[in-house]
Amino acid sequence: MRAQDADRLFYYLCGGLALGLILLVIGIGLTLLWGSLPSIKAFGFKFLWGKVWDPVNEEFGALPFIVGTLITSFLALIITFPFAISSGIFLAEYAPPRIAGPLSALIELLAGIPSVIYGLWALFYLVPVVRWFEMRLGAPPFGLGLPTASLVLAIMILPYAASITREVLKMVPQELKEAAYGLGATRWEVIRGVCLPYASSGIVAGLVLSLGRALGETMAVTMVIGNRSEMPTSFWDLANTMASVIANEFTEASKDIHLAALIEVGLLLFVITLLVNILARMVIIRLKVK
Amino acid sequence: MAARTVTDPKELAIFEVRDLWAYYNEKPAIRKVSLKIPEKKITAIMGPSGCGKTTFIRCLNRLHELTPGASIKGEILLRDKNILEMDPVLVRRKIGMVFQRPNPFPTMTIYDNVIAGYKLLGVRLKREEADRIVEEALRKAALWDEVKDSLHKRGTYLSGGQQQRLCIARALAVKPEVLLMDEPTSALDPKSTAKIEELIVELKRSVTIVIVTHNIAQAGRVADYTAFFYLGELVEFGPTSEIFTVPKDPRTEEFLKGKFG
Ligand SMILES: Nc1ncnc2c1ncn2[C@@H]1O[C@H](COP(=O)(O)OP(=O)(O)OP(=O)(O)O)[C@@H](O)[C@H]1O
Ligand SMILES: [Mg+2]
Repeated sequence: MRAQDADRLFYYLCGGLALGLILLVIGIGLTLLWGSLPSIKAFGFKFLWGKVWDPVNEEFGALPFIVGTLITSFLALIITFPFAISSGIFLAEYAPPRIAGPLSALIELLAGIPSVIYGLWALFYLVPVVRWFEMRLGAPPFGLGLPTASLVLAIMILPYAASITREVLKMVPQELKEAAYGLGATRWEVIRGVCLPYASSGIVAGLVLSLGRALGETMAVTMVIGNRSEMPTSFWDLANTMASVIANEFTEASKDIHLAALIEVGLLLFVITLLVNILARMVIIRLKVK
Repeated sequence: MAARTVTDPKELAIFEVRDLWAYYNEKPAIRKVSLKIPEKKITAIMGPSGCGKTTFIRCLNRLHELTPGASIKGEILLRDKNILEMDPVLVRRKIGMVFQRPNPFPTMTIYDNVIAGYKLLGVRLKREEADRIVEEALRKAALWDEVKDSLHKRGTYLSGGQQQRLCIARALAVKPEVLLMDEPTSALDPKSTAKIEELIVELKRSVTIVIVTHNIAQAGRVADYTAFFYLGELVEFGPTSEIFTVPKDPRTEEFLKGKFG
């Protein structure tokens, strides 16, 4: 009787807390929606494809930021991809356990470095490097902008993408690998023909999760993207992402409609990252069922 | 050629194992085993659990060294050439293996599983040639009639016994000289077991078979020769009929009477 009561109490406690978490997420969404109502009423759907963001004349369109976010995130993903795959393969298949263990731990440590540190490092080291390239290539030598932000993002998501790749490759059953070795396959042939196909959906899910991080990454990007709220016209342009414009303008927004527009950008970002994460989880769940 | 004869002088040996030691982290699992395996015959490896049967046959295609911390000492001559000095990848192409649990590649169709030995190695086959190899291997593995209409379905949809025959077909498709089988029926029901035993006997016309089995009756039914291992040592080796009727070593006798594992 007593034990049963404790059990029931525990059940309600855990259930309640879990439910609380879900309500919290819904609450955040509703708050964002509430806060952005003035902007939604004023601009409607035009907010999504308006190219002008002009707080002085109270005209707000979020397209430059949506474009900035998508360009930097996808570029980061493309840059990270080969490094993530190859280091994941190396850690899972090639490195002897003595090296793989500490190296994996080190890579996971990289994921824990605060964003602002990456931003500082990028300002001091990445910006001059990018500027040097821009000067060679005849582009405006900002040093800041889309390319720099993409590079920082690529470096920041690499630990996630690499460790997820490593983990899903580790899940490939030994007996399948031995079957392939038994047919005379070399290590690379086993990886290419058996491990990668087996792990592919997991790797894709890992990349999507990393993309989710890149989409919302704020501090480091804000520091190096140049914070220009116009539609980028070239790859070398200064720009803003959804996250960086919020971080940059929120404290200075004196007009209600400016504030509401920023909150609506936040709402957009919230919805996009939520969808991306749900997508990745669905891939992972399907993988586990298989 | 005298060096290659087996106990029975009429038979030629395909494998000659000399003073083989196999270790896991310096701990020996095979101790100074010497043995000749006759060509185009079925040789059963028997012995109680943990005596080193799996370890022994994994030495024969150099799969043993894939285990972290594992090492080998001695000589294994395949037609007078020491495979321990050859490229392991080339050794494994000549010596196929069927594992205890059926392990078809889940990402491949039945068809692709059969020619996996070519696909993985990047060998490009003409369509007709691939079709021919697949049909021939599946027929040899007595699976063709059951799967000929579903070749492009995943191999993992098959029953356990069918999956194991698919794995046999996969091993046969690359035309190995020797087929190693590690308790190939221990995960299967009696009907599938009978089918695979029948198949094994049929196969010895074209390939040498070394089969690990726990099952004394199975060894009696299929094996021409039987090797009895105990605690990593080869206790006795000879024609199955002799080993079963007049075992020379008391440990073999006790094992056959079912005294241990
Ligand atoms: N991966 C491994 N690491 C360390 N020791 C191992 C490993 N695999 C096997 N051994 C040891 O080597 C010895 C022989 O094992 P092996 O698997 O060859 O026996 P077996 O005769 O095949 O047994 P079973 O009939 O249970 O399959 C055992 O003592 C076992 O504990
Ligand atoms: Mg075994």
